[in-house]
Amino acid sequence: MSLFLIAALPFLGAVFPALLIRAGRNASASAAGLTTFLAFTGLMLHIPAVFNGEVVQARFDWLPGLGLNANFFLDGLGFLFATLILGIGLLIILYARFYLSREDPMGQFYTYLLLFQGAMVGIVLSDNILLLLVFWELTSLSSFLLIGYWKHLPEGRQGARMALAVTGSGGLAMIAGMLILGHIVGSYDLSVILQNKDLIQASPLYLPALILILLGCFTKSAQFPFHFWLPHAMAAPTPVSAYLHSATMVKAGLFLMARLWPVLAGTPEWFYIVATTGLITMLLGAVIALFKDDLKALLAFSTVSHLGLITMLLGFGTKIAAVAAVFHIINHATFKAALFMSAGIVDHEAHTRDIKRLGGLRHLMPVTFTIVLVASLSMAGIPPFNGFLSKEMMLEETVHTLWGGSHYLVPGLALIAALFSAAYSFRFIVHVFLGPKRSDYPAQPHDPGPGMWLGPAFLITLVILIGLFSAKLAGPMVAVAAGAVTGGNDLPYYSLKLWHGLTPALYMSIAAVLGGALLLKLHRPLQAAWEAAPRPEAKAIFDRLMHGLTKLAQLITDGLHNGAITRYAFVMMLFIIGISYYAYQGGTLAAATREVQNVGPIPLIAWFCLVIATGAVVAKHRQRQLSLVLIGVVGLVVSMGFNYLSAPDLALTQLSVEVVTMVLLLLALNFMPKESPIKAPNWVRARDGAIAVIGGLGASALIYALMLRDFAMPSISEYHLANSYKGGGGTNVVNVILVDFRGYDTFGEIIVLGIAALVIFALTEAVLGTRVRAYLLNRKPDMPQAGDAHPMMMVVATRVMMPLALMVAAYIFFRGHNLPGGGFIAGLIAAIALLMQYMASGFTWASERQRVFYHGIIGSGVLIAAATGLGAWFNDMPFLTSDYGYLYWPPLEKFEWATAALFDLGVFLAVVGAVLLALESLARFAWQPGMSTEHAMDINPARDDAPQQNSDEV
Amino acid sequence: MELLVASAVGVLTAAGIYLILRRQTFPVILGLSLLTYGVNIFLFATGRLAVNAPPILNKYEEIAYTDPLPQALVLTAIVISFGMTAVVVMIALAAYLSSRDDRIDMPDHPEDEGENA
Repeated sequence: MSLFLIAALPFLGAVFPALLIRAGRNASASAAGLTTFLAFTGLMLHIPAVFNGEVVQARFDWLPGLGLNANFFLDGLGFLFATLILGIGLLIILYARFYLSREDPMGQFYTYLLLFQGAMVGIVLSDNILLLLVFWELTSLSSFLLIGYWKHLPEGRQGARMALAVTGSGGLAMIAGMLILGHIVGSYDLSVILQNKDLIQASPLYLPALILILLGCFTKSAQFPFHFWLPHAMAAPTPVSAYLHSATMVKAGLFLMARLWPVLAGTPEWFYIVATTGLITMLLGAVIALFKDDLKALLAFSTVSHLGLITMLLGFGTKIAAVAAVFHIINHATFKAALFMSAGIVDHEAHTRDIKRLGGLRHLMPVTFTIVLVASLSMAGIPPFNGFLSKEMMLEETVHTLWGGSHYLVPGLALIAALFSAAYSFRFIVHVFLGPKRSDYPAQPHDPGPGMWLGPAFLITLVILIGLFSAKLAGPMVAVAAGAVTGGNDLPYYSLKLWHGLTPALYMSIAAVLGGALLLKLHRPLQAAWEAAPRPEAKAIFDRLMHGLTKLAQLITDGLHNGAITRYAFVMMLFIIGISYYAYQGGTLAAATREVQNVGPIPLIAWFCLVIATGAVVAKHRQRQLSLVLIGVVGLVVSMGFNYLSAPDLALTQLSVEVVTMVLLLLALNFMPKESPIKAPNWVRARDGAIAVIGGLGASALIYALMLRDFAMPSISEYHLANSYKGGGGTNVVNVILVDFRGYDTFGEIIVLGIAALVIFALTEAVLGTRVRAYLLNRKPDMPQAGDAHPMMMVVATRVMMPLALMVAAYIFFRGHNLPGGGFIAGLIAAIALLMQYMASGFTWASERQRVFYHGIIGSGVLIAAATGLGAWFNDMPFLTSDYGYLYWPPLEKFEWATAALFDLGVFLAVVGAVLLALESLARFAWQPGMSTEHAMDINPARDDAPQQNSDEV
Repeated sequence: MELLVASAVGVLTAAGIYLILRRQTFPVILGLSLLTYGVNIFLFATGRLAVNAPPILNKYEEIAYTDPLPQALVLTAIVISFGMTAVVVMIALAAYLSSRDDRIDMPDHPEDEGENA
């Protein structure tokens, strides 16, 4: 099966549990299980290749410009992790089906689980570090959903947030580290990076890259001092803990360290940072775990400790230590997942996981007891279980390790950690299952159904078998995975077996087991001493830190963003003027090369109209209706100016937009105060006036200087003029630019316009859903109302004009390619034609006759434009390439067809829909009960009933 | 001619800026509209001014055409500015109807809402 498919399957399958939950919980769980099983089978098909030492690859250039390619590869290490992720995933899916209660939304659970699974598989199969980062962040996000799955529990939410904050910020550091790494090598492909050890280690950027990448690994793998999030994440349901916190997510950090081991390891920096961190984490986790009464907390800290162990082994930087690390990854995943599931079983059946309230369960829960016994003894390092083998390899390695000149430091501390590790493992058995039966369990404990114990039982079978037949069963896997870690097949001699003779490691193991038993004996006084001793509470520190950060962010945001929009505008204007002045200082002004053109009397008159109207708008802006009329004058003069200055298309557009805008503003003004009474102090107005005058003078001078000079560089307009007819088949160059040369821009623009209209619609819906509706319904008009809201003359005139106006729109549309016109203008004219019906006959009357929703018109417009563009693909041309030709249909004159006209039709529809949707939404504010009438006109000569009062004021 | 257009741009820009700095929504909307006119004319004028030279190709005689590119840009700008105005108007209206107040600055303390800023 292709690696693409293996990585994609969990994501694709994530849809099904959420959908199938309606068919029952079994269907949902089966969908998740089947998806995982398929991916697992696909992975297993690669066994022959992987065990032959081949590297399976799948490559796809995604964003080659960024170096981000969807390249996957599968070697021994990736295979090991993918097997763990998918295999344990299967067991967890089975377990969770029976663990989750009826109230838990199971569909969501499996969807999140599969998303997480997909992200994990993506990490371990990625051959591109940028792609790996994407998956890495996805695991942080999906694990957030999983940890916070029980949304009603505050601990769950807090734990999820803490996990996200810690692993997410580590991920950010890692992005920086990976970018540096890619920069050093010049490629983001892992397979290339792994070949360049010397280049990377010689680079001065090696240390920063190492630290940043390790930050990502340490946060993810809960290494000291970032270990604190893992115990808090235990608020998650137990299947999540078993999956994320034993086998997968926390191992992602280890995976990455192992993956980059060939190029990053082997330096003193690597040794001191990684091995020391691992050692401290191992010791600290083991000690704390012994004093935790919550079963899951005990397991969480024990996981922290074991992760530290593996980190330390990787940190040693020797090949044999890497072998031990890989072997322990396998062993830890088997016994720890079994233990987590067992803790979940105890919790599920006894309704508590507080060790102080448990004890004597061995007769009540014999199956669970057996599982815990085997898994715990393996964790404690007792032969013949698998934990013993790798733990002994670890101890053996510590003996050969020199830390800062000392031979005893590392093995000594490792021995203490092993001692505590044995002690807490024994405690799990002794304090929970041994001892007398109690009478005060919160619920009567008993073994669960096979659905829950099958998974852990399978895992402990592996624990025993790997322990007994390690070389046969685990040997090949360890060999290929360790080979991949160390970047070569020349592994040093090692043997996976129980008896190595009387080695120092064996004495240490014996000491650890005996010492562990002694520690457990002394548990009561030790616990009392531990409780009494002062120790930093990680959560409190974290909370204080987060609180401080939040305060800081709030301070900055409130300082800059205080809601005074006038101030923002003022600062922005000042900045624009400042930066323009700066730009002006840095440039030179060449001499004018163009003549000033003469002015006739009419432009002069128009100019006076414009200036006077603009001045009046400013002077009279407090009287809103008057200023609206005045601004209409400005708009008209601008339209006329466009027409005079050889831009008929612009004139038509401006004119029709003007009409629509006026209607819109009048509609809005209907509901707003008619005056603006608030006056700023005089000095503020003087200041604003000064800014305005400076800005105006600047704009004026700039455009004046520009108009008197020729283009500094040849303009592309010549190309447009030359090719408009030859290439686009139209003589109206502006229209050809819109629908052909720059068709993509226009396509984007109609989408924006449609979105704007939809935003208006959505806002209307939202506002009308609040108490505003009551206010509007009780509102009394604040201006005198027309006695006849729908005068007969106007209704008749608009009805007659409707077909005429639509015909004009059609005419403008069709001639647009060759003469002034086109989709935009025609759309506006058609919109106005429809608008007239609303105005004359009333909103209710018009909307009752509306057959098609405007949303649909916008959508169809965009779709038609897109389909036209796509059509070019069928002729092997780029998106939006147009074509045209001529038709001769007697007795008609020869006429032209162009695909651009179809595109223009899309523009037309989008404009009609957007304009009408916007205005219709606003008009809905005016709706009042009792408006509905079957007659459009209040007074109708054909009717003999009395005129009725109608307050429709649209 | 150039002076007329340049001064018109200046007047429209100045009026637009002044009105944008007012404290209630409606003048700000008017200011935005005026500024839009100013900016559109500015853009249009970058193609230099020409009278009686529309960019409609004439296959019968060789004549001069004005620059079509700024016209195409401005045409879309006009339509988009309608969309923008409509959204701004809608936001202003919704804000006014929700709080019965059309000042554009948020009050520093919600309890002083009755006073004028």
